[in-house]
Amino acid sequence: MSNREQADLEVDVLVAGGGMAGLTMGLALAKGGLRVAIIERQPPSTLRSATFDGRTSAIAYGSANVFDGIGVWSRLAAHAQPIQDIRVADGTLMDGPSSLFLHYDYRDVGEHPLGYILENRDIRDSLLDAAADYPELQVLAPAAVAQTVRETGGAVVLLTDGRRISTQLVIGADGRNSPLREAANIRVTRFDYPQTAIVCTVAHARPHNGVAVELFLPSGPFAMLPLTGERSNVVWTEKNDLARQMLVLDDELFFEELHKRFGDWLGEIRLEGPRFGFPLGLMHAERYTDRRLALIGDAAHVIHPIAGQGFNLGLRDVAALAESVVDAYRLGLDIGDGPVLARYERWRRFDNVFMAAATDGLNRLFSNDIGPLRVARDLGLAAVNRLPPVKRFFMRHAMGVVGDLPRLVKGEPI
Amino acid sequence: MTASNSSAQANTVDESEVAKFAAIAESWWDSEGPFRPLHQLNPTRLLYIRDRVAAQFGRDTTAPKPLNGLRILDIGCGGGLLCEPLSRLGAIVVGIDATDKNIHVAAQHAAQSGLAINYRNTTAEALFAAGKRFDVVLNMEVVEHVADVDAFLEASSGLVEDGGLMIAATLNRTLKSYALAIIGAEYLLRWLPRGTHDWKRFLRPSELAAGLRRGGLTVEEFTGVVFNPLSGKWSLDPRDLDVNYIGVAVKSA
Repeated sequence: MSNREQADLEVDVLVAGGGMAGLTMGLALAKGGLRVAIIERQPPSTLRSATFDGRTSAIAYGSANVFDGIGVWSRLAAHAQPIQDIRVADGTLMDGPSSLFLHYDYRDVGEHPLGYILENRDIRDSLLDAAADYPELQVLAPAAVAQTVRETGGAVVLLTDGRRISTQLVIGADGRNSPLREAANIRVTRFDYPQTAIVCTVAHARPHNGVAVELFLPSGPFAMLPLTGERSNVVWTEKNDLARQMLVLDDELFFEELHKRFGDWLGEIRLEGPRFGFPLGLMHAERYTDRRLALIGDAAHVIHPIAGQGFNLGLRDVAALAESVVDAYRLGLDIGDGPVLARYERWRRFDNVFMAAATDGLNRLFSNDIGPLRVARDLGLAAVNRLPPVKRFFMRHAMGVVGDLPRLVKGEPI
Repeated sequence: MTASNSSAQANTVDESEVAKFAAIAESWWDSEGPFRPLHQLNPTRLLYIRDRVAAQFGRDTTAPKPLNGLRILDIGCGGGLLCEPLSRLGAIVVGIDATDKNIHVAAQHAAQSGLAINYRNTTAEALFAAGKRFDVVLNMEVVEHVADVDAFLEASSGLVEDGGLMIAATLNRTLKSYALAIIGAEYLLRWLPRGTHDWKRFLRPSELAAGLRRGGLTVEEFTGVVFNPLSGKWSLDPRDLDVNYIGVAVKSA
């Protein structure tokens, strides 16, 4: 009681972390009528800067629905490149792509594109712009959580600048090293892949026609993801020691290495903007919840980017947690209570574990150059390609429309 | 006290039932404790209560505080599992319980939750005799625990304001309810402490309806409340009133 009275700000939910998952979470809850505060370390100008994060996100069809449901898609649509076709191939630097292609065409599963490629910078811009439209949503940035006291009747969050915020629920969207997760003594399963993702953007002479290509090279997948205009984003997974060298090469030599892998299928290419390096790892929290605390996105799970599913899992976390919380709120139930959080965890755990295991398996299967394995996986890709029901299942999974889906993922209002 | 309702003034509280609940009062808010089934049931019955009350008073259930300003009485409020949510939805809530310990647990928890709820250790008969009226009277899983059903239903019906409504829930007296609610829930699965319910006191829908009619209410509907043991979820089923059921009765304006 005294805690609530001394608070500088009283909200229903406090979201720690104003990245893509945290901002989407805050918007979904505000859309549901709740009072929300988002706490973010970086000032908005840094988050919006072009050099902050050169990555792109594959936005599955279901994830686009989530953005639409919170009023963000209309801002994002102009920046979204529809994926009309995904081509997957095994290859070596010497021989180029193998002839056994796995070919996903969106017309196999219906009229919608398989998904979209969006630049993270555009996603952050649109989310921050949309947040300004919700008077009940406050983005406090730069600000940082110093301490949380989570009790039976409610929680109080103390910021490093001395402000006190009282809330019913704390959501940890504070990234793979989540301080909230650590403070709650939630253990994780974690290992590093011996790989680094080199990310850069390429401009090319010919249009990509919405085709995404994933080339399985021996050191890891090399993805060419279509962006708006005659541009593609490259996610080049490379062994750590080699990646370190690639990242410091001068532009000319780096371009030469890139060109060897990218090829000429889109005509003449040139590098656009800086290159970024991201170490790859797998992490899964042993539980997603604690008293008045729920973890979402990278704070709960990190997977290999091989299938472009990491952020989609985060958005499905957002949709499931928002629905659990908003349903409870509209019945007057305590939104930070155990059964509400248990519903969220039950809802998300299987999908997240499944995707972590599937991407890990794919990476292990393809990131090598063992002869018999190459033949077997090539035949496997070709077999999947010839079995329409199996292929449709994989495609629908990649679109994020498999299983018991939250309302926002289905394209319904929260 | 008024002379015209002498039967309803009698105390219908059964002291052995009161003692039964006092023994487990502290665990009301433990969603994994002895009241776990009630916690599981709570969202389903709250949804029903919210939607029926909102329909009666023309409220939008997606708006903030949809029950704002409505006076709601919860008879047999226990630890306040219904009172707190209804208070958050904007209602002015009075919770009464014959077990004093329940009232203490409920009041303490409401204070922790920062909610203003009027909890009183009294009976429906006493409030009725004092001339109190409410927009909504909740009569949830109580009637099967009272000593004199007719007198209790008369008093609780009398607490409903003209134009208001009562929502009542209880257990049907059928072989299936004996099998599920007594043998299944209390003896085999141990969801509820043994002796929580006395099957002979369960009411058939026709008996409950007759009692409410005598109290001046019009029964609008009864619907079944069924538990799916596989999903662990409760849901409403208008075709299956064999075990738990809930219904609405209104008092014309």
